[in-house]
Amino acid sequence: MTENAKIHIKNAHKSFGKNHVLNGLDLSVKDGKSLVVIGGSGTGKSVMLKCILGLLTPERGSILVDGEETVGMGEQGRDTIMRKFGMLFQGGALFDSLSVWENVAFGLTQTKRATRKDAHDIAIDNLRKVGLAPEVGKLYPSELSGGMQKRVGLARAIATQPEIIFFDEPTTGLDPIMADIINELIVERVKDLGATALSITHDMASARKIADDIAMIHKGQIIWRGPAGEIDHTGNPMVDQFINGRAEGPIQMEVLKA
Amino acid sequence: MAFNPLAIIGRSTMAALRQVGHLARFTWTALRHTFTPPFYPRLLLEQFMRIGFYSLPVVGMTAVFTGAALALQIYIGGARFNAEQIVPNIVVLGITRELGPVIASLMVAGRVAAAIAAEIGTMRVTEQIDALSTLSTNPFKYLVAPRLIAAVIALPLLVLIADTIGVMGGYLVSTYGLGFNSAVYLQNTAEFLELGDVTSGLYKAAVFGFIISLMGCYQGFNSKGGAEGVGRATTNAVVAASILILAANYLMTSLLFSGGATPL
Ligand SMILES: Nc1ncnc2c1ncn2[C@@H]1O[C@H](COP(=O)(O)OP(=O)(O)O)[C@@H](O)[C@H]1O
Ligand SMILES: [Mg+2]
Repeated sequence: MTENAKIHIKNAHKSFGKNHVLNGLDLSVKDGKSLVVIGGSGTGKSVMLKCILGLLTPERGSILVDGEETVGMGEQGRDTIMRKFGMLFQGGALFDSLSVWENVAFGLTQTKRATRKDAHDIAIDNLRKVGLAPEVGKLYPSELSGGMQKRVGLARAIATQPEIIFFDEPTTGLDPIMADIINELIVERVKDLGATALSITHDMASARKIADDIAMIHKGQIIWRGPAGEIDHTGNPMVDQFINGRAEGPIQMEVLKA
Repeated sequence: MAFNPLAIIGRSTMAALRQVGHLARFTWTALRHTFTPPFYPRLLLEQFMRIGFYSLPVVGMTAVFTGAALALQIYIGGARFNAEQIVPNIVVLGITRELGPVIASLMVAGRVAAAIAAEIGTMRVTEQIDALSTLSTNPFKYLVAPRLIAAVIALPLLVLIADTIGVMGGYLVSTYGLGFNSAVYLQNTAEFLELGDVTSGLYKAAVFGFIISLMGCYQGFNSKGGAEGVGRATTNAVVAASILILAANYLMTSLLFSGGATPL
């Protein structure tokens, strides 16, 4: 599986004090495929993405991007690697102080890949691709609804035409219809770019829609992985409990019983 | 667990040292990125307006009242040994060397360190700082550097204005309230003042500006835990900046003025 793996995480460990979040996580994403990682809240899904992006540094383990080791990489190399990535953040993470089109164009203007004028046109084009009218470009993030913020976040993530896109809980906090619209946009845009996609979610409807493969994370390790079509017949009691949303089962939530 | 005072002292010492180390590393990273490209002149100008220009009213108001009160106090003190005429000399000395830089910087600390910590803290907890990195933009260069440079330039200019307005406050009280002759007061002020009095205050101001921005950025960058965490960062930034300004002021006073008799 190491050949044609776009991203390959080997035995990653990450702790915050006594809180061991990643405990020897192994995961690989094949070039051009869409992998969705499912798992409960606080199981380390976001931490995993941030380790790949270099926003957090794992204490142990290795993370290869296109076969190149990124753990402990210098600033220069990190800069080059980062240009391969786009990310849609959970809360959108749009820059409040910039208008919508400036947000979308940010990656282009920052890397001087386009003049301000060209960047504006590219931004408007990307807004259209996520179903937003050009007039939205002039608004500020605080003037947008949650669904629109997600779309702008998506437009910003794809504007630089990244090879790899991360989606951090793309449907959390949206109504089911808007969630489905976002899912469809994600599938469309990723296909359009031919990008490799890594998404994390606890929304099974979303996972089924956007995944080629699904992996389940629990206590900082991958406990199951397989094609999206097999998720209902894994024979794994933890996966069954999760996708059917049952309180009783092998996964014990850390809730104090009264 | 037994109550062990030594263990508690040890633990808190270690925690304090960790904090200092953390801040030192943050400062080093900030400085490194401040002096290497890319630079953001548009952001620098924007921050300069926010830190410098919009602080003018608050700095001007505090300066005029400080100068006025200072003149009254010196008059009372001077009257005890028939030296009332010393008011213009001591006012200009006290304002330029000490009160101008310190009071202006403390006021700006309240305004600016809080605003920076709140803004950057919000960006931290809403993942905007992470988003910058994923869009090939270094948050230190984009957020910290413009604020540091702007404050280091803006504070000396603000203090220069505070000095002028402070001396004017003393002049107004002295001529209208204490019966000083206007021309004599101004002449005494001008003749007594040395360039070093003003410039030493401006050096201080540049350092205080650095402290204000650094504390705002540091607390903002390290805030966590939603709105409450941002609130805590804001308070910490103002408190830390104010204490560090006063400590640095004492240190710089004793260094800058070592030409004269330095009390140790
Ligand atoms: N920067 C951080 N500092 C300390 N603890 C963190 C940090 N980021 C995440 N954590 C902790 O790591 C655990 C996993 O978080 P996260 O990956 O965000 O969960 P999720 O799977 O819901 O995305 C949580 O217990 C969280 O408190
Ligand atoms: Mg998360």
